[in-house]
Amino acid sequence: MDVTFKIKRYDPEVEAPESYWQDFSLTLDDSATVLDGLIKIREEIDGTLSLRCSCRSAICGSCAMRINGHAGLACKMQVRLAVDDDNVIIIEPAGVMPVVKDLVVDFDMFWSKIMAVDPYLRPEGPEPDAEYIASNEAMLHLSGVTACIMCGACVSDCTVMEVDPTFLGPAALAKAYRFTADPRDGDAQGVSRDRLEALNGPTGMWDCTRCAECVEVCPKGVAPMDRIMALREQAINAGFDNTYGARHAEAFSSSLEHSGQLDELRLVPNTVGVFNLPVLLNMAPEALRALTHGKLPPIIHKKIENADRVRKLFRRVEDPDRS
Amino acid sequence: MLEHDVLVIGAGLAGMRAAIAARAEGASVAIISKVHPVRSHSNAAQGGINAALTDRGDGWEDHAYDTVKGSDYLGDQDAIEVMCQSAGQALIDMEHFGVTFNRDDEGKLGTRAFGGQRRARTFFVGDFTGQAMLHVMFEQLIKSGVRRYEEWFVTGLIEEDGRVCGVTAIEIRTGQVFVIRSKTVIFCTGGLGRLFEPSTNALIVTGDGMALAYNAGAQLMDMEMVQYHPTTLAGSGVLISEAARGEGAYLLDKNGERFMERYAPNMMELASRDVVSRAEQTELNAGNGVNGCVYLDCRHLGKALIMEKLSQIREIGIDLAGVDMITDTIPIRPGMHYMMGGIKTDVDGQTNLPGVYAAGECACVSVHGGNRLGANSLLDTIVFGQRSGVHAAQACRDQEYIEFDVEQAARREERRIQEVIDRPQNGDRIGSVRLAMGESMNRNLAVYRDEAGMLETMHDLQGLKEKYTRVPVDNKNRVFNTDLVFALELGFMLDCAETIAVSALERKDSRGAQARTDYPNRDDENWMKHIVTVKGEEGPEISYSPVSITRWTPEERKY
Repeated sequence: MDVTFKIKRYDPEVEAPESYWQDFSLTLDDSATVLDGLIKIREEIDGTLSLRCSCRSAICGSCAMRINGHAGLACKMQVRLAVDDDNVIIIEPAGVMPVVKDLVVDFDMFWSKIMAVDPYLRPEGPEPDAEYIASNEAMLHLSGVTACIMCGACVSDCTVMEVDPTFLGPAALAKAYRFTADPRDGDAQGVSRDRLEALNGPTGMWDCTRCAECVEVCPKGVAPMDRIMALREQAINAGFDNTYGARHAEAFSSSLEHSGQLDELRLVPNTVGVFNLPVLLNMAPEALRALTHGKLPPIIHKKIENADRVRKLFRRVEDPDRS
Repeated sequence: MLEHDVLVIGAGLAGMRAAIAARAEGASVAIISKVHPVRSHSNAAQGGINAALTDRGDGWEDHAYDTVKGSDYLGDQDAIEVMCQSAGQALIDMEHFGVTFNRDDEGKLGTRAFGGQRRARTFFVGDFTGQAMLHVMFEQLIKSGVRRYEEWFVTGLIEEDGRVCGVTAIEIRTGQVFVIRSKTVIFCTGGLGRLFEPSTNALIVTGDGMALAYNAGAQLMDMEMVQYHPTTLAGSGVLISEAARGEGAYLLDKNGERFMERYAPNMMELASRDVVSRAEQTELNAGNGVNGCVYLDCRHLGKALIMEKLSQIREIGIDLAGVDMITDTIPIRPGMHYMMGGIKTDVDGQTNLPGVYAAGECACVSVHGGNRLGANSLLDTIVFGQRSGVHAAQACRDQEYIEFDVEQAARREERRIQEVIDRPQNGDRIGSVRLAMGESMNRNLAVYRDEAGMLETMHDLQGLKEKYTRVPVDNKNRVFNTDLVFALELGFMLDCAETIAVSALERKDSRGAQARTDYPNRDDENWMKHIVTVKGEEGPEISYSPVSITRWTPEERKY
């Protein structure tokens, strides 16, 4: 198979460094991975190409990069599936993190987020002599999260971190969930209140916009966004419900349950608080602009036809045994 | 000034366990690794970790016997006793650290069967036990307050008055050379799989620590004992875990027959690895394979079991060979996997060099002898990692730093490295020298060996070593110069390769992983002993070390 690797390169040691594209033409076996191609370039054509790679089997997490615009592991992607009609494949370094050289990015920020969630088990009670007793289901569920190999693909393509580097991000929040969902962590009931309280704050679990990019690009099926949603539920269940995020979720669902559709006008005051005048006044100009452009939601909020059936759905979700 | 009581080189499971243990003893500890700790090759251990837990009727003596037998009686029984006695607590410690081991119906740790053992005592996390343990060990490392030098490459040991007192290292991100002083050094640098092509091992597994120690005068032992794993994937040679056979998978020849019946009628596919690999190679040589492979058949295990317990290797099969083990057989063959030999140590990790320790795959205690049992390697890393960490920390207590000219040592190493970078282009490539070495090793030091083949490889290696002194480095800059790192690694690999070939030529019997067609039998009278190599003027010099036998008399091995 004759292919062209179009690689975005960067050399920090030239004067006024700037990234540039370089094409490499090579012949590969039909079963070759993108990493096989990159190694061939490095070994046979141009030893100056820098990238991280090691295991070749999607377990060490070294070779995350953007392949045709999306983050993934080079060792897990077969070339024949990645090339376009002209047999070209586009390789760039991972996003969000600054480039050090070629396909190598600086992971300092990535790891500082991980460190920020106190990433080690913190049981509050005494240790048993033997192993902790836990259900296999609980452990299998956790193993689905600890399968994270810290490759940074989710962070690379996180649309929030791209604009707000203070966000803890999908990898760190999934790591946090790995502890909050662990029956051994936290109090005797396995509730990690301190963690949930910390993650409930600004830059934490409520900053995810649910774009699902992290779920899409994760090479290990960790589904970070789903873990973030589960964290929100844990936080609310633990009584941490006095945040914009929690109240927004509550206002959203109670509106739907009540009328079968979203009452957008009341969503904002219900989220920030009806008596939270400073914030509401701050938003007034935006509301006025919406009004003058005919975009203000209807003042009188109507129920949809068959709203009672929506309520039934809610009841069924909340109490599956009864229905 | 960078200085630490204990400097651990390598941050896989053994290294991090050593660092955490040394820190807990109150020493100032640093760990240095050429990759970030969670990228280490311990990740690739799939199937599990062995331990005999008494609360479920198992006994460490049974585990020890299986290990001794598995080693083809070359393992040191005193060391094996230490490992197997420590296994239970070491395992429970890992569980308390947070490893998400699979559970049984009562919520206790669950087990699976593994090769060469009469009882299911392998504890596991799906089929990614190594990754699960490595990440948890890193969590504990963070908690411990050990200083981490991540993506630093150790280039040499510094000795003063016959004692190691520090290392030189390149900070890969900047390319700058530093000297780190230390009172003790613990090598936990893993194996040397990339000496062979193909190998299951990651690209970083280049025998750095063994070569550094060897060049400083350390003894290497059992270097002829190179494990070929029975189930490595066609093409890339990536590992397909023994867990598949542990869960009940079959090995089939081209006619669909379970050929292990003829080689190990009792244990079948779960005989020890050397036995299964030899059986496969014999079948392949007899023309009973297809494209150099036999088949691993998991289809009868069912989708549910595969998805719960073997999901990662299923993905590997799909990604790298285009076969789904739920519906297809997987083409596999024996492939280089593990190094039983390494830096000779006692049960506390001490080498023959004062202040220098080793643990994990780079060490040879020797608990694996001629053949390691599956799931004993993870155990080896945490048991002997911990023991060497404790001992090294205690040894520092009354020890002062040795004074030496740090600036001069840094400048000298800087010059040496610049000379490597400055080599002129001559048409040779680092990659082609490595490939020639790997193919020669895999041709002549594989499952079956003979004198003529091994002499051919010795000859090849001499030529490649000569080439190596002039092989050019493309990248003349400093920032993340992986080309330079590969060049230095290649030197380490060639040093190790020579000791393997010399040791294998020396051993004139067949035992464990060494099967010589010119000496097909085990010869306890003459060769029940370890082969030890040290660096001499003209290459490796050979001596012998006795095998420790405490309670299990050598007998013929049958599975």
